[in-house]
Amino acid sequence: MKKKLLSFLSIIVFTLAPVLGLTGCGSDAEDTDTLVVLNYGKYIEADVLKRFQEETGITVKYEEYEQVEDMYAKYKAGSINYDVICTSDYMIETLRQEGELIPIDYSSIPNYENIDPAIIDASEAFDPTHKYTVPYFYGTVGILYNTNMVDEQTVSSWDSLWDPAFKNQIVMINSQRDAFMVALEKLGYDINTTDKKELDEAYKLLCDEKKYVYAYLQDETYECMISEDAAMAVCYSGEAAMGMEYNEDLAYTVPKEGGNLWIDSWFIPRTCKHYDAAMKWIDFMCEEEAATENFEYVWYATPNTKVAAHEDAETLADETVFPTKETLSRCKLYEAYDNETLDYTTNLWKKLKAF
Amino acid sequence: MTNKMRTSFLAAPYALWVLICTILPLFYILGYAVTTSSGSFTLANLTAIADPVHLKSLWLSIKVAFMTTVICLVLAYPVALILHNLKITNKAFVVFLFILPMWMNFMLRILAWQIILSNNGILNSFLSFLGLPTIHILYTKSAVTLGMVYDFLPYMILPIYNALAKINDQVVEAAADLGANWFTTFTKITIPLSRDGIISGIIMVFVPALSSFVVSNLLGGGKVLLIGNVIEQEFTLARNWNLGSGLSIILMIFVLLSMSIMNRLDDSENGGMLV
Repeated sequence: MKKKLLSFLSIIVFTLAPVLGLTGCGSDAEDTDTLVVLNYGKYIEADVLKRFQEETGITVKYEEYEQVEDMYAKYKAGSINYDVICTSDYMIETLRQEGELIPIDYSSIPNYENIDPAIIDASEAFDPTHKYTVPYFYGTVGILYNTNMVDEQTVSSWDSLWDPAFKNQIVMINSQRDAFMVALEKLGYDINTTDKKELDEAYKLLCDEKKYVYAYLQDETYECMISEDAAMAVCYSGEAAMGMEYNEDLAYTVPKEGGNLWIDSWFIPRTCKHYDAAMKWIDFMCEEEAATENFEYVWYATPNTKVAAHEDAETLADETVFPTKETLSRCKLYEAYDNETLDYTTNLWKKLKAF
Repeated sequence: MTNKMRTSFLAAPYALWVLICTILPLFYILGYAVTTSSGSFTLANLTAIADPVHLKSLWLSIKVAFMTTVICLVLAYPVALILHNLKITNKAFVVFLFILPMWMNFMLRILAWQIILSNNGILNSFLSFLGLPTIHILYTKSAVTLGMVYDFLPYMILPIYNALAKINDQVVEAAADLGANWFTTFTKITIPLSRDGIISGIIMVFVPALSSFVVSNLLGGGKVLLIGNVIEQEFTLARNWNLGSGLSIILMIFVLLSMSIMNRLDDSENGGMLV
């Protein structure tokens, strides 16, 4: 009896499962009114998302991730067909090299003309022929610090993160590429090095640092700094600007050794099933009003030239939000790692976390 | 016969559920565990547990889970005993008390601990108000253990309370009649008779604590790498599903091992308990 029941059930499962799976996929492909978007966490003003759906009648399935490597894992898992993704420069380069990108039809994005040509030029590092990407935001990696606890002189160098005086007062960035960048800059090496000896040195340095680190955080950094739980934090410029908005004792700097300039852009992955809707999405993101709203939510530098008209002089002069030429001259874009280096640093990162 | 058929038919939805949501995924994990990313057979994902990083995380997980279980037991037994001795007639009320913390979202409760324990948090504000030195506890192993104790405590109290409730009062009275003092009654009667509850409690706390990764993510600040975190990161960051599966199979073996040890303790005691 039991056996019969089991075999009966397994027949049901094995016949039904593919059918259910197939109908799931089928309806996705036919449905032109949906769009699957993948973006960093806390990276869009909710109202913009709502307005896009109201104005276009397209239903957006909006997904978020925290670290750029998470995005890659999510995409590579292949269980969801993403239509349009926003991510960082070097990851776009990796995906481009893997042939995962579909060219963008710029003629269907009239608002593309709002984008600063200088940033489009800078995007050459990961999109050399300007075929695949539309910039969304850009910024730097630096140190957000509390002026009551640390002086400007101290944080002008990455060395401050190895200062025993700040034991349990340092928040390190929870992102393997950025953490290694900090150590490599301190050592005076190229942030794009693939030399294992140099990476090993950086790893040892990060292990030394761990005993002073209060926590490895990313999206929670600014909250931690606002409540003054730590004296300094390695974070992205927008995260810093947001923190400074709430606590006026906070300040941001890119240390003298130099840092990273990053550009986050929209691109169309090969899994795209709703190309036209994706173009409408990108166009909407470049639109004056939407870009302004997004800017006032995330506080990263916007490549949209129309936003400036809506902001006051104080915001536009804010060097945290809009890095100066001098700062930018010290910053470099990341280059994509080859698979071997990527695996190597991922493993070092794991060892560091277990250290 | 017809009756039997009807009851097994009623079990069908659950059997289907177990098949799709437990047994099939288990086979998938096993499949991933013994293959490489290109699909050929390997045992490397299982032997990878010998890697110093993995061994260290596993050992740390065992230590944290053990501490969590011990603290839960020490906290839970007296509480269950007191609640039982209060002789509350409304048993539903007692269960309600245990379930109450679970009404609130688990993440929210752990996030509340972040605010309490942080460098500048409620606990340290209170300490400095009293003129005491502040402590650094958030994002340490202690904070992770505390979070787990907080989270899993009801799973220890409930089975112990149930076991105590089942003890026949007359047995306790008989012990007193025969001249046993309070302590003897407690060690010779109450504890042995509630052993079932203690053992279920230990299993229900130790097993989830061993494989947990959410608490250490939130209260460990990325510094406390439990084996659960390693597995999670293999699936996400490192995109190595094969290694992640291999390590979770090893973890499953540890879970089964600890359960069988506890069950054996349970059985051996059942035999001689009332003789």
